[in-house]
Amino acid sequence: MTTNWHEDGSTILLPPKAAVTASAWRHHHILDLDDFTQDEIELILHITGSMKEVLARPIKKVPALRGKTIMTLFYENSTRTRLSFELAAKSLSADISNLTASTSSIVKGESLIDTLLTLESLGADVVIIRHPQSGAPNLAAQHIKGSVINAGDGWHAHPTQALLDMYTMRAHKGVIKDLKVTIIGDTKHSRVSRSNIWGLTTMGAVVTVCSPPTLLPIGFNQPVAYFPKVRIEPDIHKAIEGADVVMVLRLQLERMQSGLLPSMREYINLYQLNEERLKLAKPDALVMHPGPMNEGLEISTGVAHGSQSVINEQVTNGVAVRMALLYLLAGGKKA
Amino acid sequence: MKPILIKDARIIDPSQKIDSTGSILIAEGKIAWLGTGDQKPATNGHEVVVAKNLIAAPGFIDLHCHLRDPGLEEKETIASGTLAAARGGFTTVCCMPNTEPAIDNRSIIDYVKTKATSEGVVRVLPIGCITRGRKGEALADMGEMASAGAVAFSDDGSPVMNSRLMRQALDYSLAFGLPVIEHCEDKVLAENGQMNEGIISTRLGLPGIPAAAEESMVARDIALAELTGARLHIAHVSTSGSVEMVRAGKQKGIRVTCEVTPHHLTLSEEMVMGYNTNAKVNPPLRTRRDIEALIEGLKDGTIDAIATDHAPHTSLEKLCEFAYAPFGISMLETAFGMLMGLFQTGKIDLNLLISKMTWEPANILGDKFGKLGRLVVGNPADIVLIDPEKEWIVDPASFASKGQNTPLGGAKLKGKVVTTIFQGKVVFRE
Amino acid sequence: MSAKVILTAEDIRRTLARIAHEIIEHNKSMSDLMLVGLLTRGVPLAKRLAANIKTFESAEVAVGTLDISLYRDDLDSMDFKPLLNSTLIPGDIGQKTVILVDDVLYTGRSTRAALDALIDYGRPRAIQLAVLIDRGHRELPIRADYIGKNIPSARTEEIRVELVETDGVDQVTIFPANEEGKTA
Repeated sequence: MTTNWHEDGSTILLPPKAAVTASAWRHHHILDLDDFTQDEIELILHITGSMKEVLARPIKKVPALRGKTIMTLFYENSTRTRLSFELAAKSLSADISNLTASTSSIVKGESLIDTLLTLESLGADVVIIRHPQSGAPNLAAQHIKGSVINAGDGWHAHPTQALLDMYTMRAHKGVIKDLKVTIIGDTKHSRVSRSNIWGLTTMGAVVTVCSPPTLLPIGFNQPVAYFPKVRIEPDIHKAIEGADVVMVLRLQLERMQSGLLPSMREYINLYQLNEERLKLAKPDALVMHPGPMNEGLEISTGVAHGSQSVINEQVTNGVAVRMALLYLLAGGKKA
Repeated sequence: MKPILIKDARIIDPSQKIDSTGSILIAEGKIAWLGTGDQKPATNGHEVVVAKNLIAAPGFIDLHCHLRDPGLEEKETIASGTLAAARGGFTTVCCMPNTEPAIDNRSIIDYVKTKATSEGVVRVLPIGCITRGRKGEALADMGEMASAGAVAFSDDGSPVMNSRLMRQALDYSLAFGLPVIEHCEDKVLAENGQMNEGIISTRLGLPGIPAAAEESMVARDIALAELTGARLHIAHVSTSGSVEMVRAGKQKGIRVTCEVTPHHLTLSEEMVMGYNTNAKVNPPLRTRRDIEALIEGLKDGTIDAIATDHAPHTSLEKLCEFAYAPFGISMLETAFGMLMGLFQTGKIDLNLLISKMTWEPANILGDKFGKLGRLVVGNPADIVLIDPEKEWIVDPASFASKGQNTPLGGAKLKGKVVTTIFQGKVVFRE
Repeated sequence: MSAKVILTAEDIRRTLARIAHEIIEHNKSMSDLMLVGLLTRGVPLAKRLAANIKTFESAEVAVGTLDISLYRDDLDSMDFKPLLNSTLIPGDIGQKTVILVDDVLYTGRSTRAALDALIDYGRPRAIQLAVLIDRGHRELPIRADYIGKNIPSARTEEIRVELVETDGVDQVTIFPANEEGKTA
């Protein structure tokens, strides 16, 4: 079941009907992947494909979101994610404005709610929030009429990153079901890993987590239905063995300072993804990283730029995924 | 003040093992007569309160609440806080000293007592700090505070992290026969925690306060209580491990007592889901296993009292990112209603519930106030009338407390205080 | 009035043969042509026209597909969002004469969206429009170059085109307004 189009146009397969039509779309916000069904994720990935096609055109613009106002509210610095959203919005002909914490009245102590109400009065249809505290986008969603997209909150979630990661995996591997995905690094503080775990397990992948014990989230794999089941494997060699995808997480240098890790040297010795260790994965395994990378720390330069790395594609796919989400949230009747 | 006859109530006074219908006569602010069955006293010009189908019990005693006065009056004042207490059935409240300035000397204690007399609606007993300014560095003038009227010492909100200083505080308190109330929490281990550490904190991406942060401090303090022979009272126990340690300590004869809050007996960490800042409290709401252990501890006598830890905050302060919201639940007006849920589901006996809110907390207070919480002739007439069948919906906007921060907004409860009498005067009537 | 079949499979076959001949007659060189079908049913129609042209002229005409969802001017008023499917334009349209192919020409708004989309791909030498059915009620100044059949219709009637590739059968049916009085 593919949407491959033959180049000579002679045998054109009509696309399969997605099980969830866009007309049944029920999410007014994108806060976390924990309440997205498999069909809904399929739909997003499907539309991402169309958006990728738009980005491949000579004129990378369509008028679908003309007249819609999108605002980004970043309480944490992030050039690449913010740019990615900006490009996505502009490709759909929406108007986009950016508010960063350091350059606004937020510094003067204006509360999140007040800032949001201001954005709403300015006509924001979609607000994209990145915030150092978990739950801030959830709070925002309760207080504005427009849609909220979580661009990363504290340790909690980064749904758009997980979606672009899954899109990248599917583009290379065809399906996500039964894929063996190994996530290496600081999963305790990584919202990227959390959202990926939610999305991947929903889509039927098998997830292995390899973290130093101090950097593992509390309570994984307890018999309570609050978090998906993952395999925990502290030995990197066993964790990587047979993997279809190896996802490396960025290590924040503060972790050494706060006593969670003894030293960079120790981390590199035990957890760095290098060429030797990568050989334990399947020969066509993908190497992924949400960026920005600490080359030489969590990932060796050779692997980062090696033939199995799809890290640059992740960035490109990020724009397409964000276009798909903006289309689903803002394309159509104004609320 | 007109005398009052409470007629034909179901009188429950666990201190005297009374649980039967009867009547109570109040005169000149005191309990003048109490009789069971059809006995009636001689009456003349009394106000009659027909209490059929109501329970008459001693007015509740709260060992732990925050009245925020002086210094934080936007959250609560002695006036609004005691009004809230009356609505909740409490006729005596002990207020914690984490005010601004902290209650660590005679003049602030005098301030609290004066304001309580002029504006307060129920009895307010001040608790003094253990350390000066609650800074945890040097002992406060316990003697001065004791003679000014402090009923206990506590740095609540913070533990005394320095073990040597805590030992000295316990030693020194022996001179005054007053308990040292400790908020057991290793602040370093709890570092930046926002809720109970566990699978839900992982789900929400919030740093957690592990049970060990409380338990390690409980263990230390019980050892120090054993060492010094002083009276240690552990505030708001919340974990099964803490209950076990207090149980073991009591068996060894160590003078340790403890209290539990209504919310720790009824609400689990799942209330925080959705980043509900109204469920953000310290110690945090824990797991269902902990709740079961706390209920067991109540039943087998390990836990001596139920105390509300009433912690009002302004609505604006709680309307923000979860990590920035202050800890605390406004509890006085919902405490009894919440606890009735435990009775209605058969988890605890009504007599036990009332016991833990009346004479048992009074016992902790030592000689001067230790006789409160009992319907004994000659005692101040502190009486609460309860309708155990009354169904009501929690409406924070109608609280007397300035703090509307409760996770129970809109909840339907069964069982309500309908009249509160303090020293013979009706201070709340439904 | 009940549903009425206005074109049978055989009618459709003959109509497409006639249109193919018209296209051949009106355009000098088949190699300069590109047939672009509008998703969904324009696509098999374009494919069949290309097959016809191959049979009649032994000439290969490039065939592409176009999804106009992102160009609609009525997204704001729709209750639902159209599902997106990919557009494929084989090759450079710069020097080509593009013939848009659709099943029904009605208000003309789909054609306008298709024109916008095509122009984002490049600057064709000319754009023509071939439709199986023209049912009138234009809301924009748009006309078709090749028309299979003119079907005057009331706005309340529904005209349904079914093709073997998409629906398992070839026929065009006209339905009166349904019980709720909704238009197609």
